[in-house]
Amino acid sequence: MRPVGDGPYLQVRDLRVRFDTEDGVVRAVDGVSFAVERGKTLGIVGESGSGKSVTSLAVLGLHDPKRAQISGEILVGGRDIVGLAEEEVRHLRGRDMAMIFQDPLSALHPYYTVGRQIAEAYRVHHSGASRREARQRTVEMLGRVGIPQPERRADQYPHEFSGGMRQRAMIAMALINNPDLLIADEPTTALDVTVQAQILDLLGDLQDEFDSAIILITHDLGVVSQVADEVLVMYGGRVAEHGSAQQVLRRPQHPYTWGLLGSVPSLHGDADADLMPIRGNPPSLINLPSGCAFHPRCPHATNRSRVDVPELLPAGEAGHLVACHLPEPDRQRLFQEAR
Amino acid sequence: MSLLAVEGLTKHFPARGGVVRAVDGLDFTVRAGETLGLVGESGCGKTTTGRMLVRLLEPTGGRIVFEDRDITHLGGRAMRPLRQELQIIFQDPYASLNPRHTVGRIVAMPLTVNGIRPPGGVKKRVQELLELVGLNPEHYNRYPHEFSGGQRQRVGIARALALRPKLIVADEPVSALDVSIQAQVINLLRQLQRDLGLAFVFIAHDLAVVRHFCQRVAVMYLGRIVEIGERDEIYERPRHPYTRALLSAIPNVAKLGESEGRIRLSGDVPTPMNPPSGCRFRTRCWKAQDVCATEEPPLTGGVACHFPEGAS
Repeated sequence: MRPVGDGPYLQVRDLRVRFDTEDGVVRAVDGVSFAVERGKTLGIVGESGSGKSVTSLAVLGLHDPKRAQISGEILVGGRDIVGLAEEEVRHLRGRDMAMIFQDPLSALHPYYTVGRQIAEAYRVHHSGASRREARQRTVEMLGRVGIPQPERRADQYPHEFSGGMRQRAMIAMALINNPDLLIADEPTTALDVTVQAQILDLLGDLQDEFDSAIILITHDLGVVSQVADEVLVMYGGRVAEHGSAQQVLRRPQHPYTWGLLGSVPSLHGDADADLMPIRGNPPSLINLPSGCAFHPRCPHATNRSRVDVPELLPAGEAGHLVACHLPEPDRQRLFQEAR
Repeated sequence: MSLLAVEGLTKHFPARGGVVRAVDGLDFTVRAGETLGLVGESGCGKTTTGRMLVRLLEPTGGRIVFEDRDITHLGGRAMRPLRQELQIIFQDPYASLNPRHTVGRIVAMPLTVNGIRPPGGVKKRVQELLELVGLNPEHYNRYPHEFSGGQRQRVGIARALALRPKLIVADEPVSALDVSIQAQVINLLRQLQRDLGLAFVFIAHDLAVVRHFCQRVAVMYLGRIVEIGERDEIYERPRHPYTRALLSAIPNVAKLGESEGRIRLSGDVPTPMNPPSGCRFRTRCWKAQDVCATEEPPLTGGVACHFPEGAS
């Protein structure tokens, strides 16, 4: 029986992940909260070191408890998995929640056929299933993700697949147990743009069919705009802005989000104008700037930004949350002026 | 007069069971001070082309003419004076800098190797270069690991500029960088290109980046140029179906939630070991007819297609 709870399938509350290293304590995730409903996609956006991947690994219970200190709540189907025994988390992983990684080649074992690996993922969670049954389900799934001649392809090895085909095989493996939650970490970053478009369409179709909750982690605002219902912008291990895709991408209120949007070269608009990059570099998590972590790079930072960590607070419309000390009218005015 | 002229450029790599036709007959020119973008997906031959241009790879066929000199098969020694005029920037700012050398030594290397003593000394010139690319000249004695990815790419750019080249081949110079840093480096390259009148062959898979840097664009597919033209022609009025599909596939924040008019190609790029007969794009093209399988369309008027857009 799957645990069934009220409300969103996944709820993360005040998640904190710390690593003790020789150079000091790394606060990779520092008080992050969000929820994802079935059938909805949350896009988590951020640059290197923003904490976006560490967050997703925590949700899947993939951090080594000897090295990572995790606190907060991660409710999967109403059940808190923080502090749950490894054995129990493993039971959920692969069945109720699954992951797609950026690089399918390193996630697939080179010695075994693609079909065997996918069938194994099925049999681990269906102990009564026969080999034939698992094989049948595998071939069916390979066909479902758009791999031609799935019967023949199942007997091939990962190196015989192209990059796009491997990512499809990974998706087939992730979805074979019909998980309620799918975490996709940069699933299309290693792919060519025409193949990326296919994979994003495929994820959307499969979501409609299986009604899964999806977390999509990416640095690419274009990808997020195409598939996400909600967007979470992370910076220095914290949430900078959170809201619907429309709110965050169309009416952003955090200067970091403005910076990200201004940095992306566009296919429209003035090609001769300079881009508007964010000055400086993403911060080191060992030595995070005081106050608002973004203040050294922010053109609008105030004295308060240097001292106080801004809280994530409602900003105007329902569901829109922003962590910035600027008064809201100022933020709206500055964004209009910058456009 | 063109600074660089490429005619029928070809590179075939021997492989088990055949040859990989990585680059299979390219023609293009670059004028002094002009920026040409080479775009395409993996396996289209854009990186191989860049490496042939700076003579890091030996062409199998065709000609590369730089400033009226045929450099196609020029050897190391004969090439040396030309190296000053023809430089390359690599994608990976981590792998292309020697971790055991100081940044000062890395940027000075093109000068010392070529026995050049700039007026005022090597150190002064290197510090000028560091300043030019937006680095602190006092960081002369630091090592690559002390710099961030974007700063390391600036070091690579300073090194490429040391000999005051006329043409720089930039192979995916920003694709390993974070979005906010990518924009900084693109702006820097644009400014240097304008201020120093440099010509660029800018190799990238990201069409939006290319649009912000290049005056002309060549779109490659499986070792061939399928379309070449002025930037605005390519982006506003693409004529080759592949160019259209490529532009259409780019997820665009400005088109939030829209999905109308999208073109979706089926399948993957075929292997360059065994490219399709006739037009190489025909296996994924929605306009393909019988003639596309039998006759390879020549690149005429900037497009290699039997049924280009806008033709009646």
